[in-house]
Amino acid sequence: MTATTSSTSTNGSDILDVSDLRTYFPVKSRGIIPRTVGQVKAVDGIDLTLDAGETLGLVGESGSGKTTAARTILMLVRPTDGKIQIEGQEITHLSPKELVRVRRKAQMIFQDPYNALNPRHTVGGIISAPFKVQGVEPKGGVRNAVLELMERVGLNPEHYNRYPNEFSGGQRQRIGIARAIALRPKLIVCDEPVSALDVSIQAQILNLLGDLQREFGVAYLFVAHDLAVVRQISHRVAVMYLGKIMETASREVIYSAPLHPYTHSLLSAVPIPDPKRQQHRRTRIVLHGDLPSPIDPPSGCVFRTRCFQAQEKCAVEVPPLREISPGHKIACHFPIEAKDLPARVEVEDVVAVEEGQAPAAVTSSNDGPASRPSS
Amino acid sequence: MIQPADYLDRPFLSVTDLTVAFPTQDGLVRAVDGVSLSLEKGKTLAIVGESGSGKSVTAQAIMGLINRKAAKITGEIWIGGQELIAMPEPDVQALRGDEMAMIFQDPMSSLHPFYRIGDQIVEAIKAHRGIGTKLARRETLEMLRHVGIPAVERRIDAYPHQLSGGMRQRVMIAMALINSPDLLIADEPTTALDVTVQAQIMELIQSLQAEFGTTVILITHDLGIVADVADDVAVMYGGRIVELGPTRVIYDNPEMPYTLGLLSSIPRMDRDPDKRLDPIRGNPPSPIKLPKGCVFQPRCNYFERVPGGRCFTDRPELLESEPEHSVRCHLPHEERQQIANDVLHALTGGPTPL
Repeated sequence: MTATTSSTSTNGSDILDVSDLRTYFPVKSRGIIPRTVGQVKAVDGIDLTLDAGETLGLVGESGSGKTTAARTILMLVRPTDGKIQIEGQEITHLSPKELVRVRRKAQMIFQDPYNALNPRHTVGGIISAPFKVQGVEPKGGVRNAVLELMERVGLNPEHYNRYPNEFSGGQRQRIGIARAIALRPKLIVCDEPVSALDVSIQAQILNLLGDLQREFGVAYLFVAHDLAVVRQISHRVAVMYLGKIMETASREVIYSAPLHPYTHSLLSAVPIPDPKRQQHRRTRIVLHGDLPSPIDPPSGCVFRTRCFQAQEKCAVEVPPLREISPGHKIACHFPIEAKDLPARVEVEDVVAVEEGQAPAAVTSSNDGPASRPSS
Repeated sequence: MIQPADYLDRPFLSVTDLTVAFPTQDGLVRAVDGVSLSLEKGKTLAIVGESGSGKSVTAQAIMGLINRKAAKITGEIWIGGQELIAMPEPDVQALRGDEMAMIFQDPMSSLHPFYRIGDQIVEAIKAHRGIGTKLARRETLEMLRHVGIPAVERRIDAYPHQLSGGMRQRVMIAMALINSPDLLIADEPTTALDVTVQAQIMELIQSLQAEFGTTVILITHDLGIVADVADDVAVMYGGRIVELGPTRVIYDNPEMPYTLGLLSSIPRMDRDPDKRLDPIRGNPPSPIKLPKGCVFQPRCNYFERVPGGRCFTDRPELLESEPEHSVRCHLPHEERQQIANDVLHALTGGPTPL
């Protein structure tokens, strides 16, 4: 194992170590000769680490850059800058050929099990592909290994010769999982693996992923927008917003003692399937509007346009991601504890800022969104 | 037979024995089989179910959106004194968008991509009311502002692709409500949206409902968003309603093993995350090949407790278990309550502070 830089050997993340990762996409002008007129900073300087057998949940809204981050980490998208080390090996400078060898250690499970499987290949063919691509000959032959894998993920081995279209969404996701674990990788990047599935199937797949982790010690980078799902499977959680990490900590801290206003907002929006508990929640934070455009992110803190804590400093100074207690990092000038939150917080629209006004945070007791002042 | 004069004491919406069957190569497929429900004016009913449960087909049948040539629709649908199934197609069309309206999961496929959003709403007004473009446009502006679209003067001339998912969903809600319908059907209105936007849209629907007195049917697979919105919940499985009751009863005393299974399948913020989820095994049934007896039997944990193997042979009826609470299950009432008690207690371990 060769460590490329001395700094990485000091921190003990043995599986994945991502530092200052940036993925920018060029924005082209219209016309016959397109010029690059700007950049979408999909991922803008994130650090992540992952130990063996650990699950890191990466949550955020659509447009937060979580999927781009996941794809970049496996070099499916080339990063603009930054370092990615998998088991101590720096992979950003590797050629496509060398990357094939890395994929033996790091695999991916996709959101849409309908598009992630080649419809013209049989299930057996799909699951045996990793062995063939990597030139691995398991004991007892590839076919036996595949049958064993099918059994392990809850597929009927008799369906070896069937095609993906004969399976339901949940079963297809099992095929994707069998393919991902075929070579016993150290890391699996899961991009919204259960969000397209029915609730009863979602639970089956989450349990399966948990079991496989306990069995093989695989580490997961689990990308999802559903905070309840992430809570169920993760050991640590990182919250992303507009290409940046806002807060990262252990699961316990993120869900019971978060400090970032954005984390509070996300948590207060998660519905609880119990009318009594839902009505007795202490805080309701209503974020109006959507994420600002990543082409032209707000100055200073990217979240300030929707933040109820925002002050002048936030527009000027980018808050660094700083460690405030062991393992708990936060990028915010004005962190707030849950007990200090008001009962209801309404945050005015992004457009107010877009049109040159200061971000206005309206704190009120019981205003429906329909009765809030129109812009 | 129900006589026309009955509508005076009939609830605002009443569906009786609705069946929607599609002829296919594999025979007649009953996507909806004998659904009956009723709803008072201004109330919200949630229809909860997984894919293939028939929840969306039920909604489409009420809206008259199912091609009558392609499907066999039987039963009765009464809305405010009018029966829809026997009604001529043009009359149903006149009601749609006027007295009843629908919002869909994917606003992009429901808005016309070539027309400005304002023009689409103006057209919806003019199709049902004889007012001029100018007045209709002013009304459109007002409604767009009302549903929380910022900078409406500019956005009214935007094309759907220029708006974000949450904004498009708002436009669709504005279009649905522009003719003040009595009935609004929302089919998975927030499934494609982020949690923060989902919360905005649900609040918007609720506040508009309170303002206009709209009756709402909410179709969803997510028991979470239903909890603080719905007055009543109907749980559907395999084309049938398997449990029906007031929202609080469905969450506190569910009696159908399927409802219990749904509740224990979802990862919830108020349960111990280190505890394994307890999912319903197997997959939802295909409407082409439904089990002979209880449709849920192959996935049920409790069918062995029913004597004589009736779950394999007899389709259970939807029977009243308590006043206002109906369940489709062969297990005796007391046993169902006992099971529910045990499962719910194991689930959240009694009250936990949030």
